[in-house]
Amino acid sequence: MDFQVVILAGGFSSNLVPLVSKEVPKALLPVANRPVLSYVLDLLESNNLKDLIVVVEGEDAALKVGGWISSACVDRLHVEVAAVAENIGTAGALRAIAHHLTAKDILIVSGDIVSDIPPGAVAATHRRHDAVVTVMLCAQPVSGPSESGGSSGKDKTKKPACEDIVGLDSWKQFLLYIAKGTEIKKDTRVNKSILCAAGKMELRSDLMDSHIYAFKRSVLQEVLDQKPAFRSLKQDVLPYLVRTQLRSDVSSDQNNVEENGNGKDNMQNNEVVLSQILSNASLPSFHQVYESGLDSRKTHKCCVYIADESKIFVRLNSIQAFMDVNRDVIGDANHLSGYSFSAHHNIVHPSAELGSKTTVGPHCMLGEGSQVGDKCSVKRSVIGRHCRIGSNVKIVNSVVMDHATIGDGCSIQGSVICSNAQLQERATLRDCQVEAGYIVCAGGEHKGETFARR
Amino acid sequence: MGGQKKGGARVSEDAEEQSPQRLQAILLADSFATKFRPVTLERPKVLLPIVNVPMIGYTLAWLEYAGIEEVFVFCCAHAIQIIEYLEKSEWYSHPNLVVRTIESHKSISAGDALRYMYEQQAETSQIQGDFVLVSGDTVSNMPLADLIQEHRERKKKDEKAIMTMAIKQSKSSSLTHQSRLGTDQLFIAVDPLTKQLLHYEEDKIDHPRGSVCLDKSLLESNPSVLVSNDMQDCYIDICSPEVLSLFEDNFDYQHLRRHFVKGVLVDDIMGYKIFTHEIHSSYAARIDNFRSYDTVSKDIIQRWTYPYVPDINFSGNRPLKLGRQGIYRACDAVLSRSADVGASSVIGYGTKIGDGVKILNSVIGNGCSIGSNVVIEGSYIWNNVTIEDGCEIRNAIVCDGVKIRAGAVLEPGVVLSFNVVVGRDFVVPAYSKVSLLQQPTTEDSDEELEYADSSSGTADHLSGLNLQMESKASELGPDGAGYIWEVCEGAHDEEWKHSVAPIPKDKLAEITQAIDDDDTDDESVVPTSGELKSDADSINTDMNDPNDDYCYFEKEVEGTVLRAVEENIKVDLVTLEINGLRLSYNMESADCAGATFYSMMKLAVDTPHNSASELYKNAASIITKWKELLGFYVKKIDEQIEVIMKFEEMCQEPPKELGPLFTQILHLLYDKDVLQEDAILRWAEEKAGADETDKVYLKQCETFIQWLKEASEEEDEDDEDEEDDD
Repeated sequence: MDFQVVILAGGFSSNLVPLVSKEVPKALLPVANRPVLSYVLDLLESNNLKDLIVVVEGEDAALKVGGWISSACVDRLHVEVAAVAENIGTAGALRAIAHHLTAKDILIVSGDIVSDIPPGAVAATHRRHDAVVTVMLCAQPVSGPSESGGSSGKDKTKKPACEDIVGLDSWKQFLLYIAKGTEIKKDTRVNKSILCAAGKMELRSDLMDSHIYAFKRSVLQEVLDQKPAFRSLKQDVLPYLVRTQLRSDVSSDQNNVEENGNGKDNMQNNEVVLSQILSNASLPSFHQVYESGLDSRKTHKCCVYIADESKIFVRLNSIQAFMDVNRDVIGDANHLSGYSFSAHHNIVHPSAELGSKTTVGPHCMLGEGSQVGDKCSVKRSVIGRHCRIGSNVKIVNSVVMDHATIGDGCSIQGSVICSNAQLQERATLRDCQVEAGYIVCAGGEHKGETFARR
Repeated sequence: MGGQKKGGARVSEDAEEQSPQRLQAILLADSFATKFRPVTLERPKVLLPIVNVPMIGYTLAWLEYAGIEEVFVFCCAHAIQIIEYLEKSEWYSHPNLVVRTIESHKSISAGDALRYMYEQQAETSQIQGDFVLVSGDTVSNMPLADLIQEHRERKKKDEKAIMTMAIKQSKSSSLTHQSRLGTDQLFIAVDPLTKQLLHYEEDKIDHPRGSVCLDKSLLESNPSVLVSNDMQDCYIDICSPEVLSLFEDNFDYQHLRRHFVKGVLVDDIMGYKIFTHEIHSSYAARIDNFRSYDTVSKDIIQRWTYPYVPDINFSGNRPLKLGRQGIYRACDAVLSRSADVGASSVIGYGTKIGDGVKILNSVIGNGCSIGSNVVIEGSYIWNNVTIEDGCEIRNAIVCDGVKIRAGAVLEPGVVLSFNVVVGRDFVVPAYSKVSLLQQPTTEDSDEELEYADSSSGTADHLSGLNLQMESKASELGPDGAGYIWEVCEGAHDEEWKHSVAPIPKDKLAEITQAIDDDDTDDESVVPTSGELKSDADSINTDMNDPNDDYCYFEKEVEGTVLRAVEENIKVDLVTLEINGLRLSYNMESADCAGATFYSMMKLAVDTPHNSASELYKNAASIITKWKELLGFYVKKIDEQIEVIMKFEEMCQEPPKELGPLFTQILHLLYDKDVLQEDAILRWAEEKAGADETDKVYLKQCETFIQWLKEASEEEDEDDEDEEDDD
C-alpha cells in the first residue's frame, strides 16, 4: 500500500500536567505499564502499516520518544522520528515535515489513541472513493466514565452531547459538514449548496472524530501551502476541505487529471455519468452528478469511515481519560493490553512480592519486581514496576507508576502517583495527582489536589 | 344476570373504542393565493379543469376512495360556483361520502378559514376527532387509512403529537432551486427514528444561497437529525382537533406552513409536535402554480395518478378512449385525416380538428373547434375554444370560450383567460396574461389579501365589462378583445419560474453563471466553522467573535439609517435607535460613528449615478442632511479618526468609486464641521508611518492637509498677534 503513516505524538501536553514531565512526554505515558504510543504502533502494525513517521513536539521529547522506539520496535517497523517546534499545531507539524512525505496518500493518526478500530479500513475507504480526505468517526461514549469510576465523572457527563457535529450523506459515505459542538454558538449553519447537491444530510451529534485521517498528499500539502494561517487539521484543514468540496480549487493529482482528460468537454462527462446511471453499475456520487450539471466545476470527495459501535476508542487527552484508559485496558477492554490474565482477572508479575494477607482484586496489575507489604488491598488499580508498597496500604481505582514508594498505612483512591514519587506513612489521597519524584508528607489527608513542584 | 349485563356493557364499550371515528376531512376550496390570476377572477381555482376535470373533482374522488366519510368543503371566493358544481356533479348525493359546504366570505387565509371552522365547531361540533386537511387543488391517490391510524396511535402515546404531514421525495433542480412542481425548495429536518419534524424552511427565491440554520439545542436533544432538501410537501395533513384551537389561540396564524408549522416548531411552551409521513409509491401533488399545473397534467396523462386518469370514470367525467402513445380521444371527436396528433395528448368531446393540424403533448377540452394548419404544442386548451387557421400555440393555457383568430401566435408561457379574443395575426408576447377584466389597479402588496377582495368585486366588474370593452381599443389587435396584464413589480424575474413553459436555455445558462459568481462570494459570507476565528487569532478563546458581532451591528445600523432616510425620521429618534443597537451589541461610540458613516456613504454609492461628480453630489446631500446624526457620535477626536479610517476602508472596497473622491469628501466633512482639523491631522500623523500601500489616500489629500496645517499655524499666529495687540 502506498500509504505513509504520520503519528502525531505531541509533546508535553499541558492538560496532562503533572503526569507528563521532562522525563515523560505524553507519548510515553504508561497505560497498563506500556507507553501509550505502543498501542498505536501495535494497531498500525496489525494493519500492516509499517512505514511510520512519528512527529514529536520539542527536541527533548523527540529524543525520549526516539530512544524508546529504537529499544522497543526497531526490528519490526520502519519508524522515523521527527522533531518539530512546540505549539505549531497539527497543521504546522505537517508543514514542518512536508519533505518527508512522498507517498500518494497519507494516514494521520494521533499518538494518544488506545483503540482497536482498524486504520487499514480507513485507508481502504479512502482509496475506494479516491477521496481527498477520509475521516474515521466512532461512536461517542454515551455517559463519560463507566459507573465503576467513582471519581470525578461529572464534567464529562455534562457535555458529551455535542462534541462534534457531523453531516453525512444518506449512504453514510461522504462527509458533508463538520463542526465542533463547543464552537457553535447558537445555530448550526449548514451550507445550502452542499445540501442541495446531496439531497439529504444526516446531522449526527453522537459521532466523534477519532483523529485518524487519510489525506491525499498533494491536496494536503497544497492546502497547507496556500493557507498559512491554518494551524489545526481538525479545526481548519478538515472543515475547509469539507466546505469547498463542491467548488474545489485544490489542484488534483495525476489521477484526477486523467479523469478530467476524458471528460474535457462537458458533454462527454455528462455521457459518462449518464451511462453510469443507465448501466446502474454503481450509482454516481452526488459530486459527479453535480459536476456534470455545471461547466468548469471541480469537486472533491470527503469520505468517512464509521467504526463499529463495539469497537473501543479512547484518546488520552486528559487526566480523567488517563485514569479511564488504564482502568479499561486491564478491565473491560483487556484484549488491547496484550497481556494474558490470570484466573482472577488480574496480572501479577511473577517477580512481584506480596506480603501476607494482602489481596489483589480483579482488574488489577502489578508490575515486575514490585513489593507489596502485609495486609494490603489493591482494587482496580495499576501498579508499575519496582514499586515499594508498605503494609496496611489501600489502593483503589488508582495508577501507581514505576519506582514509586508508598509508606505504611497509606490510602489511595482515584489518584495517580507518578514514577519515583514517595508517599510517607499514613498519607490519605483521594482524587489527587502526584508529580514524578514528589514526596507527600506523612499523615496528611488530601482530596482533589495536585502535587507538583512549582 | 348481573354478570351478563356487565359483560354486555364491556362489549359495547369495547365496540365504542374500536369503532373508528367517522373519517372526516376539511377541504379548503380556496387557495388564498393569487398565482392563477387572472383566470381565478372569474372562476375559483378548484374548478379549473386539469385534463378536462375540475381539480376539486380529483380531490373529492380521492378522498372518497381513501375511505373518508364526510368532507367539509370550505368555500370562500366564488362560493356559489363551487356549490353549483357540487350539486351538478352529484357529489352532494354521493352514497359513501357526505359533502357539506361551509361558506365564509370573510376569510382571507387558511388560518381564517380554520378559525371560522372552530367557531362553527362551538355550535355544531361537526368535527369529532382527527381530520384530514387538504386543499381543493390536490391530486393524489395515496391511501389515507393507514396514515390516519398511524397518527391516532401516535397521538394515543403522545398527547402532543397533533399533526402528521405527508411528504414525498422530489429532488429540486440544482440550478433553479425549484421543485418539479415549481414550488420553492424546501428544507426540512426530521428525526430519522421518530419522524418528528424539527425544522421547516421554505426557501424564497430572494435568498437562494447561504445556509440552513438549525438551533443548537436541536442537535443536543437529538443525536441524529436528517436534513433534507429533496422532499416535497404534499399539503396533506392529518390533524387532531387541537390544531383548530391553536389557530383560534393564535389569531395571527394565516398560512398553514409559514405561520402555523413554524409557530408550532418554535413554540416550546405548549410542546406540540408535528410528525411527517413519507409516501413512496403513491402519488400526491398540489397544483400551486402554472408550472405545477403543467407537471400534474403530464403526470395524469402518464397515469401516475391511476385510477384518476382520463379513461376511467370518476367524479362524473366522461371517460375517453386511450390509444397508443398515451393519446386519449373522445369517441365523437372529429379529426381530419391529415391531422397529426402526437404522443401524450388528450382530445375532448365534440372537438373538431381541421386539416394539417399538429398536436403534441397537449390537452384539448370539449367542444373546441380547431381550424387547419394549427400547431399546438405543450398547451392546455380548455372547453369551447375556437382556434382559426394557421395559429401557433406553444406552452400556453387557453381558457373557455377564447377565440384565436387566424394566423395568431401565442408565445410560450401565455395565459388567456375566459372569452379573450386574439386578433388576426397578432403575436401574444411570451409570459403575458390576458383577461377581459382589467388588472385591479390597487395592488395590495399582501398577496394573501387580494384573492378575497376580488371575489366580491367580480360581479360588478363583469357587468360593466362589455361597455368598457367596446369603448376601449383592444390590446390584442384590432379585432381582438382583452387586456394584457402588466406584470407587477418584482415578480417580473420570477415569471419564467412559475409559467407553464419550460425554462428557456439562456435563462438556465444565466443561472449557472449566477451560481458561479455567488459561490465565490459565498465563502466570505458564511464562515461555517471556527476557521475564521483561528485564522484571525488562534489564541483567541473568546466565544463571541467580535468581528462577527461588528458585522451584524453594522448591518443593523445600515438598515436603520436607510429606513431613516427613506421615511425621513427625526435625527433624535434615529440616534435613540442606534444607541439601542450599540447597547445590545456592546459597541463603542466610535463603532457607531464608523457604522453610521459607512451606511451613509453606502447609501450615496447605492443611489444611481452616472459620474463621479454625481456621486459626490449624492454624498454631499446625504452628509449635509444627516450631519447631525453623525455629529452625535463624532464628538471626540478618536471617533473622528475612526470615521476617517472607515472611510479609507470603504474606498478600498470594490468598485472603488469613492476612491477618487476621498479628498473632496474629506474636505466636505471638514467644512460641515463633522471632522475637526485636529482629527484629520492626527490621522495623517498616524498614517505617516504606515506601509506605502496604505498611504494612497494620505497622498491624495496631501495638499488638503498641507493647507490645514498652514491654516492652523496662521491661526496660531493670529492668536499670538492678538495677544501681542493686548
